[in-house]
Amino acid sequence: MHPFVSALAGGVLIGAASALLLLTHGRVAGISGIVGGLLAPARGELGWRAAFVAGLVGGGLLLRLLSPGAIGAPVAGAGAAIAAGLLVGFGSRLGNGCTSGHGVCGLSRGSIRSLAATLTFMATAAATVFVARHVLGA
Amino acid sequence: MKNPILAALSGLLFALGLGLAGMTDPAKVLAFLDFAGAWDPSLAFVMAGGMTTYGLARLLVLRRGAPVLGGSFPTFPKTRPDARLLAGAALFGIGWGLAGWCPGPAVTSIGAGADHLLLFVGAMLAGMGLFHAWEKRRQARTGVVEPACPT
Repeated sequence: MHPFVSALAGGVLIGAASALLLLTHGRVAGISGIVGGLLAPARGELGWRAAFVAGLVGGGLLLRLLSPGAIGAPVAGAGAAIAAGLLVGFGSRLGNGCTSGHGVCGLSRGSIRSLAATLTFMATAAATVFVARHVLGA
Repeated sequence: MKNPILAALSGLLFALGLGLAGMTDPAKVLAFLDFAGAWDPSLAFVMAGGMTTYGLARLLVLRRGAPVLGGSFPTFPKTRPDARLLAGAALFGIGWGLAGWCPGPAVTSIGAGADHLLLFVGAMLAGMGLFHAWEKRRQARTGVVEPACPT
């Protein structure tokens, strides 16, 4: 499959999965919000979040069986992986969302906040790659 | 009311979508973010497919008065960007660009068991915990309570 087609099909699946969560549970499929809410769950909030995350992990295991190359090897070294994790965890909670909550769900309902967040994280992510690859890595 | 089977099914479909799209391959994600290098534009189609599908499905779903399992549809207390939003998104982007993982693909990849991915996920949870502790102190100090995030 051409990478544009598989990317589009994957996006359709992500949108459908998010719509299923909205239809059944009335929740926004923002992964940082769902995971963050597991750490200090309000009453009645633990079960569905844990089940959704278990589904994600199970889906990853299924991917390994169906398409072993789908889960790529890490690129970052240990130190960069830890720094990146801290930034992604803290930043996504401070900014109320990540690629899924802002980049898919928020943008599709025309949220100005999600548009501002998406443009901002795309810009700083691209700048980080630029510095790592073309300034420091050159 | 909640249903763990349906929540898990959403998570499973979401993970399969990420994998099919190529989002679970950090090398591909970094190539998408590398505008000055051998730019791989394919991941823009993930956002296009996701937005279109969710955008149309959402309109149909919201024609119901309430979610199938009860409760209510989310409301969004803030409408304008503010400093917290932009600072959080900026930090998140730096982390995304450093390793090529955002939260969904990282959690989806746990089963592959790569050491550095597990370090990333542990640090991500620590970063979220750190935020919650920081936010609690800020609220206690200033008395300003931020409206709840819809997820």
